[in-house]
Amino acid sequence: MAPIVQTERDLRLDLFRGLALWLIFLDHVPHNIVSWLTIRNYGFSDATEIFIFISGYTAAFVYGRAMLQRGFVVAGARILKRAWQIYVAHIFLFAIYIAEIFYVASNFENPLYVEEMNALNFLRQPEITIIQALMLKFKPVNMDVLPLYIVLLLVFPAVLWLFLRNTSIALAASVVLYALTWEFGWNIPSYPSGHWYFNPFAWQLLFVFGAWCALGGATRLAPILRSPITLWLAIAYLLFAFSITLTWYFPRLAYFVPHWLSEWMYPIDKTNLDVLRFVHFLALAALTVRFVSRDWPALQSRWLRPAVLCGQHSLEIFCIGVFLAFAAHFLMVEIYGGFLMQVVLSVAGVLIMVGTATLISWYKRIEGRGAMPPKRPPDADLAGGEA
Amino acid sequence: MRTWTAIRPAVALSALLLCSAGTRAETADLCAVPGYLLFGDSLIQGVTAAAHKDKTLKVVVLGGTSSSLPGPSGASYAYPARLEVALRQRLPHLTVSVVTYTRPRQSASKIAENIEKLLLDQKPSLVVWQTGTYDAVHGTDPAAFRDTLSDGVETLQAGGADVVLMNMQYSPRTESIVAVDAYSDSMRWVAREREVPLFDRLAIMRYWYDAGHFDLFTATRDIGMAKSVHDCIGRALASLIIDAGRLESEKGTSAQ
Repeated sequence: MAPIVQTERDLRLDLFRGLALWLIFLDHVPHNIVSWLTIRNYGFSDATEIFIFISGYTAAFVYGRAMLQRGFVVAGARILKRAWQIYVAHIFLFAIYIAEIFYVASNFENPLYVEEMNALNFLRQPEITIIQALMLKFKPVNMDVLPLYIVLLLVFPAVLWLFLRNTSIALAASVVLYALTWEFGWNIPSYPSGHWYFNPFAWQLLFVFGAWCALGGATRLAPILRSPITLWLAIAYLLFAFSITLTWYFPRLAYFVPHWLSEWMYPIDKTNLDVLRFVHFLALAALTVRFVSRDWPALQSRWLRPAVLCGQHSLEIFCIGVFLAFAAHFLMVEIYGGFLMQVVLSVAGVLIMVGTATLISWYKRIEGRGAMPPKRPPDADLAGGEA
Repeated sequence: MRTWTAIRPAVALSALLLCSAGTRAETADLCAVPGYLLFGDSLIQGVTAAAHKDKTLKVVVLGGTSSSLPGPSGASYAYPARLEVALRQRLPHLTVSVVTYTRPRQSASKIAENIEKLLLDQKPSLVVWQTGTYDAVHGTDPAAFRDTLSDGVETLQAGGADVVLMNMQYSPRTESIVAVDAYSDSMRWVAREREVPLFDRLAIMRYWYDAGHFDLFTATRDIGMAKSVHDCIGRALASLIIDAGRLESEKGTSAQ
């Protein structure tokens, strides 16, 4: 089946990607009371799934059209340029992280934590650590998403090429790769040991599924999504996931989970995008698509504008979010880490993200005005910058 | 002026919160842990049987550096020694011994290699396996970590020892540097799968920190707080062992 490339940007994508970025930030601040608001506490999947799915969707949406209009080479070059930008952003974040680590390590003395400090000793060989980071093998806490994104984009030209020939085969190939990964345990090694926290061979499924939806899949799924059976299945599954997560916080409730069920269900593997997580995301997405329509007027309202803006500049806002999470933790360590501080820092963080997104939008607008006449189609700005 | 009126309630509220946190810390029992964090449904029946039959409780603590404290007298203040004291106090009818078997800077899989030798040498009725920190810092594959642990527990059980798993310390300063969640989750899963108790040190220390019992953020060379924390861990662990081994009811029957 030939792909259908839609022409109009779907604001719902920006909205939910913006919200996902906020949630990722809140989850990244360690020991943050506000993170109880985030979806990871109420089901199997979390904001990462939303972020990767929408990123796949937008990448296909933007570069798919570029590939149809300008050909494989131009679109491929633009995708690789984007991957490079993300790589640079990742390394910039790494520099900040290393600075924080050295500060903590040199100012932290407490006989209680000798084991933790000893274990961090491998960081005292910067010549190795930094090279491993440049090779994306050493990925500090909270810095696993961008490397995944980079790898996904690196192979995306080929994926897109396949999509433009046959969307069904492209999706099937992705599912097969996912299944083989589970069968044979493929992953990429990490430094100092272990493997990638987000296994690209598994997580590609969400990205490619996003791309498939953008290239006509959503239209094909529409009848299924409208069916009441889907609705009730989705609700039932979300309730099931919610009751299971409750047993994590109230271990006494685990008594009610039958043994065969926990045997079959656990562990719910985030590294390899467990099927339970994927289905949870699908259920959430099905409900969202059903109840938030594309032309929902509120999408244009000023109340949702902050989230939409953040979603439109996802790379910058993601990076700011990672930085803010470091900074928030730093302030909590150095000044005060109580409940009030957690709330203040969380709110301040989201406000800074919104402020930055507004600034970037304004900057792009004045830049755009300066460069007359615009040779590229108006949306290509989004394409170059925000897939 | 208007701004001040607006923020005044907020300031008052925060002052109130800060004060209440301060007073609570002074009055409450420092070691108190809510039952839901400490007790579970898994039993250690081998320990119960040994206590019945031989009137002994032989514990081996298998773990990393966080099972010890630095300094010449560190060992006597670390939680294994405190556990022994607490158990002897609460179980006077039993012969209690706690042996420590710590190996610094070793992953769970390295530790697991020594399990069979440990079983032969010590013949413990209970092994407290403290692990997770080193693997978390070094990013061992969580799945591999889980398998190692699961197999290790099986070996211990097959060798006639009951097992209590103990996860990592709560360390607020390193929270944004070391991600422990995947490993503490793994330990929870193994505990469930093998039906062994988990001493959730992470959650318990986090509770103490939240409730203002200990300021775990502090950078200090003073060993005072570390000693108190270890004492509390030893006592809490003793409570868990007594509960999961149904040991105090034993005392009750003998008193009748």
